[in-house]
Amino acid sequence: MLEVKGLKVRAEGKDILHGVDLKVEAGEVHAIMGPNGSGKSTLARALAGHPQYEVTAGEARYLGQDLLAMDPDERARQGLFMAFQYPVEIAGVNNAYFLKAALNARRKHQGLEELDAIEFMTLIRDKAGLLDIDQGMLSRAVNEGFSGGEKKRNEIFQMAVLEPTLAILDETDSGLDIDALRVVSHGVNAMRNKDRAFIVVTHYQRLLNYIVPDVVHVLNDGVIVRSGGKELALELEEKGYAWLEAAGAKA
Amino acid sequence: MKTAPGAVAERNDFYLTEHDRFLHERGASAPWLRELRGRALTRFAEMGFPTTRDEEWRFTNVGPIAETPFRLAGVPADGAAAPGLVGGVAFGSVAARLVVVNGRFAADLSTVSVESRVNAGGLAAAIAKDIPEVGDDRLATLRFDGRPFVALNTAFLDDGAFISIPAGVVVPDPIHIIIVTAPGADPAVAHPRIAVVAGANSQATIVETYIGVPGTPYLTNAVTEVVLGDRAVVEHYKDQREPVTAHHIATMQVRLGRSSTFTSQSFAFGGHIVRNDILAVLAGEGGECTLNGLYFSDDRRLVDTHTTIDHALPHCASHELYKGIVAGKARAIFNGKIIVRQDAQKTDAKQTNRALLLSDGAQINTKPQLEIFADDVKCTHGAAIGQLDDEAMFYLRARGLTAVEARDLLIHAFAGEILNRVKVESLRTQMESALFEQLARDLEDRA
Repeated sequence: MLEVKGLKVRAEGKDILHGVDLKVEAGEVHAIMGPNGSGKSTLARALAGHPQYEVTAGEARYLGQDLLAMDPDERARQGLFMAFQYPVEIAGVNNAYFLKAALNARRKHQGLEELDAIEFMTLIRDKAGLLDIDQGMLSRAVNEGFSGGEKKRNEIFQMAVLEPTLAILDETDSGLDIDALRVVSHGVNAMRNKDRAFIVVTHYQRLLNYIVPDVVHVLNDGVIVRSGGKELALELEEKGYAWLEAAGAKA
Repeated sequence: MKTAPGAVAERNDFYLTEHDRFLHERGASAPWLRELRGRALTRFAEMGFPTTRDEEWRFTNVGPIAETPFRLAGVPADGAAAPGLVGGVAFGSVAARLVVVNGRFAADLSTVSVESRVNAGGLAAAIAKDIPEVGDDRLATLRFDGRPFVALNTAFLDDGAFISIPAGVVVPDPIHIIIVTAPGADPAVAHPRIAVVAGANSQATIVETYIGVPGTPYLTNAVTEVVLGDRAVVEHYKDQREPVTAHHIATMQVRLGRSSTFTSQSFAFGGHIVRNDILAVLAGEGGECTLNGLYFSDDRRLVDTHTTIDHALPHCASHELYKGIVAGKARAIFNGKIIVRQDAQKTDAKQTNRALLLSDGAQINTKPQLEIFADDVKCTHGAAIGQLDDEAMFYLRARGLTAVEARDLLIHAFAGEILNRVKVESLRTQMESALFEQLARDLEDRA
């Protein structure tokens, strides 16, 4: 589904990714772990097409197409979704209205009929229940005045509504208490199926107790230094990230 | 731009000749009106058109207006244009629809369904009938010193719309005034005059829509006067959608009686050189004045807003929120003056101006101007100028909205703060689509 080769990314005048290789197949959950500043979020944002993250080398193919040639909105309409680490507050834009516009943009792209207001509300009612989103949150401005936990739940709620093909969760667990973490993980797990893939970017192993990955990658200083099964996450939890420095020095 | 003294004299001569023609065509008139017109013409001749050396016109060069021989607009030759334009902006459920074409009240295009006690119709007819509210103690009190365009309008004072709501009368539906300018083959000017007198305890909603026929350059030089009696409540909307071949200069003077409430929402979307002056005088205790506005300027257009709120007496409140969207190589000017006189203790005044610049070439000059002579007052002002937030744009696009959809959604959110306050629903719908038509045009220009 996604194949990244030798990806180098520059942001704010600094080279951050120095050649990342990553292959994700449909149905898989990949975790990207690594210490602060290793480039985890840069990878997520570059894949989503953030204009401030400049790809200087490498390629990324998504569903057989050149992902890097697409505008961010085209990537989204093709089923790529990134849950933001810091969801943006947008004053004056109604949450439900925005989500309906986003869903219909995707549906139009898929050749499906656009939903009217009533069909849309019926659709989102179930998904809202799943993620503990109340009607009040839907009628407020996008993320405006939301607590940290509400913002993260709202991201996963958007994912549930948009039903992406490839979902990238950028540190969705940061700032969540254990209850919210359960709610969010439950939402993600409910969406796992053979056609959909996830890339879960996280600093902590804790999230992976709830969302169990198929593959774990360790990113350090802009390159993937190790890949393995879910037990790799436990190993990291035990040893911390300090051993990477030593490993990096040896390499 | 410097102009030779000879050219100035030539311009003044042009308007003097035009004035002779105007008086000749209109025939006899009341002595007070004759005297008023004469006095205004003399003042205009002394002042001439303003230049950028004039503090009040520092950023707005009206050279293109001064240099064009705009002849007084006559009865339009093409009778079909005006009704079509009126049909495009008219909406249902109005107490009255007053149409003014080329400065003159058009009875055949107007409808009046308000109760008979309300006087709504043409201004010339009201002057002819010698209605007390319209006489020399009313129109003649309008200030034109230091205001050349008001002086010019007054010199050519002839017709327009007149609305008088007697004391205690509540008019639930809006009164819609539609001002159309339809020039012929030559550049033309119209000087429409709107007078609204709201008696004590009366309530009314007034909408002024300005439209015109595109093609030949023209100038709309409008003056609106609103007088609110004690405890009167007037909601005023101005919807200006002139073509880009038009210049629009307008002055509104408002006088608020004791405990009266005046709310103005002004939308400036059209025109090439656009200047709106609002002067509101809180002339009784406990008055409340709200001035809100939304302007859009694109291409090489210019939209200038000058407001003055004069707190003359104590315990009055004023709120002001103007928002602007500036694109292309356009310019905008916002100057908000608040005067708090020595007697006006316990004044509560708040002014905010926000602008969104959509391009690197867009420019705005914004200036709050507080003149406070009382000591127990609360006055705040703020100005914020910004561009579309990149992070918000990316967030929306990352959910599948195109760059244009994302931009429109953010602009809609910005404008919504003003648009959502429009209580006349059909007007709000029209304003929303007008704004997005303009934005689409701006995108085409860039493509």
